[in-house]
Amino acid sequence: MSPKVALGAVSLLGAAVVLAGCGGSDGNGNNSGGDDKAASARGPITFVTGKDNSGLMPNLAKEWNAKFPNEKVTIKQQSDQADQQLSDLQQHFQAKDPNYDVVTVDVVWTAEFAAKGWIIPLEGQYQMDTSKLLGPTVDQATYNDKLYAAPYASDAGLLYYRKDLVSKAPATWDEMLAACKGKTGPSITGAQPACYAGQFAKYEGLTVNGAEAINSAGGQIVKEDGKTPNVVTDEAKKGLEFLVNGFKQGYIPKEALGFQETQSLNAFQAGQLMFLRNWPYANAILSGPSSKVAGKFGIAPLPGPDGPGASSLGGHSVAISTYSKYKATALDFLKFVQSDAIQKYNLNQGSQAPVIESLYSDPELVKKFPYLPVLAEGIENAIPRPVTPFYPAVTEAIQTNIYAALQGETSVDEALKNLQAAIESGTAG
Amino acid sequence: MTLAKPAAGQSGTAPLPSAPGPKRNKIKTGEGRLAFMLVAPTVALLGLIVGYPIIKAVYQSFLSDTRTIDPETGQFGEAGAWAGLTNYKQWLLQQCPTPTGRTVRCPTGTLGSQFWDSVTVTVGFTVVTVLLETVIGMIFALMMNRAFRGRALVRAAILIPWAIPTAVTAKLWQVVFDPQGILNKMLGTNFAWTSEVWPARTAIVIADVWKTTPFIALLILAGLQGISADIYESAKVDGANAWQRFVKITLPLVKPALAVAVIFRTLDVLRMYDLPQILTGGANGTTTMSILVVDQLNSGLNSASALSTITFLFIFAIALGMVRLFNANIVGTPGKGGK
Repeated sequence: MSPKVALGAVSLLGAAVVLAGCGGSDGNGNNSGGDDKAASARGPITFVTGKDNSGLMPNLAKEWNAKFPNEKVTIKQQSDQADQQLSDLQQHFQAKDPNYDVVTVDVVWTAEFAAKGWIIPLEGQYQMDTSKLLGPTVDQATYNDKLYAAPYASDAGLLYYRKDLVSKAPATWDEMLAACKGKTGPSITGAQPACYAGQFAKYEGLTVNGAEAINSAGGQIVKEDGKTPNVVTDEAKKGLEFLVNGFKQGYIPKEALGFQETQSLNAFQAGQLMFLRNWPYANAILSGPSSKVAGKFGIAPLPGPDGPGASSLGGHSVAISTYSKYKATALDFLKFVQSDAIQKYNLNQGSQAPVIESLYSDPELVKKFPYLPVLAEGIENAIPRPVTPFYPAVTEAIQTNIYAALQGETSVDEALKNLQAAIESGTAG
Repeated sequence: MTLAKPAAGQSGTAPLPSAPGPKRNKIKTGEGRLAFMLVAPTVALLGLIVGYPIIKAVYQSFLSDTRTIDPETGQFGEAGAWAGLTNYKQWLLQQCPTPTGRTVRCPTGTLGSQFWDSVTVTVGFTVVTVLLETVIGMIFALMMNRAFRGRALVRAAILIPWAIPTAVTAKLWQVVFDPQGILNKMLGTNFAWTSEVWPARTAIVIADVWKTTPFIALLILAGLQGISADIYESAKVDGANAWQRFVKITLPLVKPALAVAVIFRTLDVLRMYDLPQILTGGANGTTTMSILVVDQLNSGLNSASALSTITFLFIFAIALGMVRLFNANIVGTPGKGGK
């Protein structure tokens, strides 16, 4: 008798726990409407950010905690994979987690988070001063004419070139191809280096590279409303053709169809590429001891058809969760991470590109990081990837159709036509 | 034929002593009730933990995703209006929405348009890998079953790939298939293995076969060890050659073990995710149904629920079909029930 009763009791208990667990996530009806109290509330906060590979976070926490000993910050590190960071944030926002006070937002997530009401607009009592910041970094944090996040770190694509093989950096695509003539082969494993490569595997990097080619040629992917596609244009065609012809005519090695950041960097580092498109972080690795091209490469803005091209903007912003209980503290934290001191420290210690314009011409910093003026130019000319809450569908459409064109499966015209239709369908509603 | 008789007799019914009908009646009514009471809480708990999410997912698959945006605030409207079969139509009939509210055939580059490709790719992987794994697994099992010097070493060598986690396997093969990887160095080629459709698919098949053949080999080996050497002895005396012994004795007698292995592997490959995701990211015609589900999750929860429900039903139907086909004794019912 008794074991039966015991078993039943244990099972019931288990069921009750499960039920309570289910109810808990739904019953926490703490939504955005009733947060007037939270606006002036102060208290300890949590800062959620991707894995801290550069070791900047302990200092950030130390500085802040010294300044606000009663409102300490806890750093919560996520994975170092962007996809996993995104799904972690989505899950916590869906559960209305009040313990995710301040979150790091990749530039392309801002619109989705804003449209879902997960992060608060920085207006009214949350107003922030953006006058010192680089324009494009503010644009990518803006959705529906409201600033939703504080730019924290910026990033733009740069052209790395072999100084020992090319006398001066090319300003246009034609100059680049002319410099390659006779000195390069069609494969990275050949006797001669290949001419040019970026990141052309079918992933987010292809959206970045594809958008750069199209924007550089004066085209655009979506109109200013962030929704209406505009890729069936001569400019977009010219841009995409640069990449497609690259594979056809051999100035982009066919191996690049599998390149993400690391693979392309490895190829350049091994002396197998003449020109490489990559982010500023590559500088540190290419100058490192295991690099065959250390001291032999230069950095220049991305070329375009008639002059400098347009980079896609990378980087991260910091936003306040709608469900945070201590929004006043959170706002101060946003201002803190954007301060000169922190931005300077992050550049010095982690080579992280600042968002404050004046730092790019600071003589001391330029001496240490000679590529800063080039990077500033790249960011000033950068064009954000589509700012839309339907970003996952848009980037999927871009990746699939551009990849098909690069492989030669579809013609450039057909790829752009399909891309137009796919974005229309993906953002319909 | 003298040798066909015993073999057929053995193979028709499963060699495992399955519970015959009369035994079940021996349980007294009171015992039955006690058993039910003892099991009921566990069943109820399992129902909650397993059943609830499944039912919820199926329910969600009939709801719409949030697609409307308030032009004033820029915020999404309320999610989850009843949408009937809209989500299913998107996948099965390729009906995607347009800005004007009509539906069109899903344009290339939307996830909807990749549905049938992913079904074909998944089924293709399943047929090819399971066939290869069965044949190679059989050869390995026969090798391992022989008595020879160093047999333990060979057994260990064959089983190692199975012990390595799939994610690690995928990374390992990624290094092998790299344009500057070992394979190209060995073959003297500069093939971009994971950047073109058929090489990418081949790479996945090779990696999967490498990893999971040991599983099948192991199950077949277990079956082989249950066959008495006497049967082979008498077959030899009767003048059967090696091939005849294999076809008439070995195959029928390992059939139950083989069936379990093949069914397990088939279900495994049908929901394959990690290997192609890591090796190719789903590019170059290697997007399986599971990869598509995860991709869709980023765009819309409810349409992803519809897709995972379709995937679930698809795998379930195939599993059911295979159990029938093999008349397999994996669910504990007597073999004669199938006919």
